[in-house]
Amino acid sequence: MPSLEAVRLTKKYGDFTALSDLNLKIEGVKCVGYLGPNGAGKTTTLKIFTDMIRATSGEALINGHSVHREKRAALARVGSLIESPEIYPSFTPREALGMIAEIRGVPRFGRKQKIEDVVSEVKMEEWIDKRVGKFSKGMKQRINIAAALLSDPDVVILDEPTTGLDPRGMAEVRDIVKSLKKRDRLIFMSSHLLPEVSEVCDEVAMIDHGNLLVYDTLANVTSKFSGSGANANVVEAGFSREVDGVSTIKAIESLPNVLAVDRIDSKNLRLTIKAGIEVQEQVLSDLAALRLGLVSFRPSSSALESTYLNLIKDTL
Amino acid sequence: MSVSVKTELSEGSSLPSSFEQIGVITKYEILNYFRSRRFFILLTIALVIGATLTGIIGYYRPSSFLSSALSFYSQWWGMSVTFVIILSGVFFGGDAISGEFQNKTGYFLLGNPIRRSTIYVGKWLAALCASLIVFGVFTAITLGNAIYYFGTSVPYQFWESFLFSIIYIISVLGFTFFFSCVFKSSSMSILVTVVLLLFGFSIIQDIVANVAQIEPWFLITYGAQIIGNVLSDPYPSHKTITHIGRNGGGPTFTIYNATVPEGIAILLVYFAVTAILGLVLFERKEFT
Repeated sequence: MPSLEAVRLTKKYGDFTALSDLNLKIEGVKCVGYLGPNGAGKTTTLKIFTDMIRATSGEALINGHSVHREKRAALARVGSLIESPEIYPSFTPREALGMIAEIRGVPRFGRKQKIEDVVSEVKMEEWIDKRVGKFSKGMKQRINIAAALLSDPDVVILDEPTTGLDPRGMAEVRDIVKSLKKRDRLIFMSSHLLPEVSEVCDEVAMIDHGNLLVYDTLANVTSKFSGSGANANVVEAGFSREVDGVSTIKAIESLPNVLAVDRIDSKNLRLTIKAGIEVQEQVLSDLAALRLGLVSFRPSSSALESTYLNLIKDTL
Repeated sequence: MSVSVKTELSEGSSLPSSFEQIGVITKYEILNYFRSRRFFILLTIALVIGATLTGIIGYYRPSSFLSSALSFYSQWWGMSVTFVIILSGVFFGGDAISGEFQNKTGYFLLGNPIRRSTIYVGKWLAALCASLIVFGVFTAITLGNAIYYFGTSVPYQFWESFLFSIIYIISVLGFTFFFSCVFKSSSMSILVTVVLLLFGFSIIQDIVANVAQIEPWFLITYGAQIIGNVLSDPYPSHKTITHIGRNGGGPTFTIYNATVPEGIAILLVYFAVTAILGLVLFERKEFT
């Protein structure tokens, strides 16, 4: 089972404490969003896990191996994307990824195909033999994502992976992250984009001023801290038809377990429902039975935003 | 750096040993030199130096060069090879590590299962290979001219100087890699090494020898003097004091010359100390 563990992880820069005694254990196949304001310690945490910086004290473990003392073993099954790496401008993506593939021991037989596969996954096929120096920031970021996926890692560490990408690119990266979840991976992803985290992540860890505030499932975090109450969840339902008519809203409000209905727009509603996975299943089933053209049903990103704002009072 | 056995990963793949990873880094760093034209620029400089000397000697036929084979090597090789070596060290080692920080390419490389020591050694070997190629071309031009004027009999002192030059290359690369690890800015690391190697140490040497009357054994460029001195017959004495003016009342100039064992020791110690210190610095350097 893949795992990431921070054990009393502390990082100080002189008098400034970037991370304070962080204890966080993540294991299993899931996607965990790592949230916090600027300067909270998110990137610091990820950099420690990838040996970019050293912890002042404490330990960072990946799959049971210390990143500091057993770097090769710790990172052998890890793909990572930290900040916005630059790739050697004189290399082509094929060469840059070839270097990473050789470092990681991707077998020679099939290496070429593997490189082409990951480049294809990030939609950069036509650029594979062009020099990286000519690429835009977004194009380089796609190659960086490809590099992170090259060795079929068990653990994927992503630091704001959609940075620098256009909206289509951002959507494609979200799809890539979702597809990674299907391949028995542990994904640890920092992001400022709460809708992105809501859409992709199963669990959330929030950090502020170097301290871990909460780590739990997305549903539990939002139900406890969003202000909708500990016994309620907020979900967003999308429909293919307009549903903001009075009678339609009343019909939905009358469903069991639905506490309140708010209109987002003519085809999207925000529902406050009782907490619990079984309740969500029932509400989803009841909504579908109304034959209103239900096309999407997910935890509300605004619930996560409310949670974030309730927990994180100010930025640095 | 410990040798590590392959780490088994998924079916059909295993993490290469650190030795194998060194080879990967060396290979791609050399590719980077070729692609970034850095190698060809320095090669051109070496060719220009060689061509200029060839032209000047061929046209002017100076007696200082052509009086004997040894004097030819002493003038041609002794005067210019250290310059070529220093340029190689700066071109290939000056920003080898600092560039990874300044250009953020280190973020692409270091997040992989590869030790920093492996990267350091791989890059150093690449710099050595590239430097030896440029050095080899300059050597070939030197020998070509010497054989043209004096035939195929090459004085044994040249081969000694050739060997000392290779030791100097190794030492200079250790030195440039050290400063490349001190600074995160490529321009600073290159500037400091150029200033020290081309000018700074020479000035310090003159001051230390003449003012303090101390042998400058602690300077890498002092040790490198054996490259030229070995081509002199007889080998220059260890210490020469020259009085200027009548009755010894004027200034005194003191010149020290390292003996061959001393020179080799200075160069090797410089390499060992700077290479190790550079590695220690790189291990601790952070991508903040």
